[in-house]
Amino acid sequence: HLATSLPLPSERDHLRPRIDLIAFMIDIKSKYSLKNVEASLAHVDASFFLGKVCFLVTGVGRVNCCSVEMNAIWKLGEVYCSPLLFCELELEGIRVATAQRLLRMLQICAGHVPGVSALSFGSLMRNSADY
Amino acid sequence: ARRGAAQGSVPVMESADGAARTMPSIGRLSRGPPFGRAQGRFGLSPSGRLLPPTPRSQENADPQRTAFLLCKQWTLYSVTPLYGFSNAHLRDYARLLSAFIAAEKQKGLAVEVGVELDIKVAVSSLPDLKGSDQDQAAILVQLSLRSPASPKTSEEKLIWSGWFCCVSGDDLSENVPEDFTCLPLFLANGAESYTSIVGSWFQKTFDCCFRRLAISPLNLSWMAAMWTGCKVDKTASAMELVFSVPCLPQPLDISYAIHPEDAKALWDTVQKTPGEITQEEVDVFMDCLYSHFHRHFKIHLSATKLVKVSTAIASAHCDGIIKFLQSQYLTGVLMLLTELAISQIQ
Repeated sequence: HLATSLPLPSERDHLRPRIDLIAFMIDIKSKYSLKNVEASLAHVDASFFLGKVCFLVTGVGRVNCCSVEMNAIWKLGEVYCSPLLFCELELEGIRVATAQRLLRMLQICAGHVPGVSALSFGSLMRNSADY
Repeated sequence: ARRGAAQGSVPVMESADGAARTMPSIGRLSRGPPFGRAQGRFGLSPSGRLLPPTPRSQENADPQRTAFLLCKQWTLYSVTPLYGFSNAHLRDYARLLSAFIAAEKQKGLAVEVGVELDIKVAVSSLPDLKGSDQDQAAILVQLSLRSPASPKTSEEKLIWSGWFCCVSGDDLSENVPEDFTCLPLFLANGAESYTSIVGSWFQKTFDCCFRRLAISPLNLSWMAAMWTGCKVDKTASAMELVFSVPCLPQPLDISYAIHPEDAKALWDTVQKTPGEITQEEVDVFMDCLYSHFHRHFKIHLSATKLVKVSTAIASAHCDGIIKFLQSQYLTGVLMLLTELAISQIQ
């Protein structure tokens, strides 16, 4: 399900399936996207931050068009204890690889991978970024 | 290393099967760490920057000597260190470059056809343009056209200028072996064909590499904030920000003009420590301008791309074009541009 911001409209609450993963998309070319994500985060239930949230940072191939200060993004990942995935949507190869990663994460968060929980995977992802 | 998903300026991404693969070389997309000397870590930008004090050399400098650099549009390039360059051989370089240009003309690669072009090359040093004593003095290259009608008279028309400089480039010059000269910033004014010929000669002769220096919207907003805070004696011109709106069928540019005194007043309420600027202060300053605009026009400028900043000090365009408007702040602006050039090289 794709949404431009949170909270989701309450009218369709009863029709909505269970949400297993929330991927917040931040475009480094748009400061507005960061502000939007920061505002939407306030509407997310705390239980999601146990491995069911990730930040997808797009536009990283266009560093010369960067409008967002990277420290702010790193800090977001830190504060919300959620992994950051970097990608460039304009390149098909990276688009496909990123989609595969998200799909894998989703499988884990939905409990379809035996022996790996969302929380353990989330902490694994975070620690690997901090070497 | 506290953080960094990547080493160097190419982010390393882990694919679904856990193997680390580097991002493919993306010719047309840009690379490199965003603003600041990230030292090989993807995405770290400086959280604060010191405002440049007036360098000693500039206090005694005659502004007339650098007046010709003002109010001209300069295209920016980053240049890797030059090997085997010497300040003592400037006249020789001028001679060699002149011969090279003549040879290129013979090959038919020069500009005009049918006109006998006698191009005179002058290479000189600009000792006033440096930040610290470690910096190399700036080097100026000028191409002039000798009038074909009267070659005896020394009537020459300046057709192209380019200059190399380094202002407070200690980060680079400290880490470079002896035979290399660090002049990471190159500015050119004049026909692109001459820039290309002069550039090729330097690249061949000193084994260096020129690259166009683009300025990201993040960097432009730093410039907007820094330059707004500068004091100007005469009545300052309005501060102008130009934004390009993406994803529209017809390209749309938004120009936002702000009265210089209002801008300065806003900046003065934001900036805490004199002589130092933090990323937070820049963000607050820009956010105030954006929300003011939104209140009136219901447009989120933060979703657009900042492409040009003009103040009384200087104006800068994201394609890497700069115009200096005040000689007293020339070195200050050059210091910032040197930093950008160095981070593009590293």
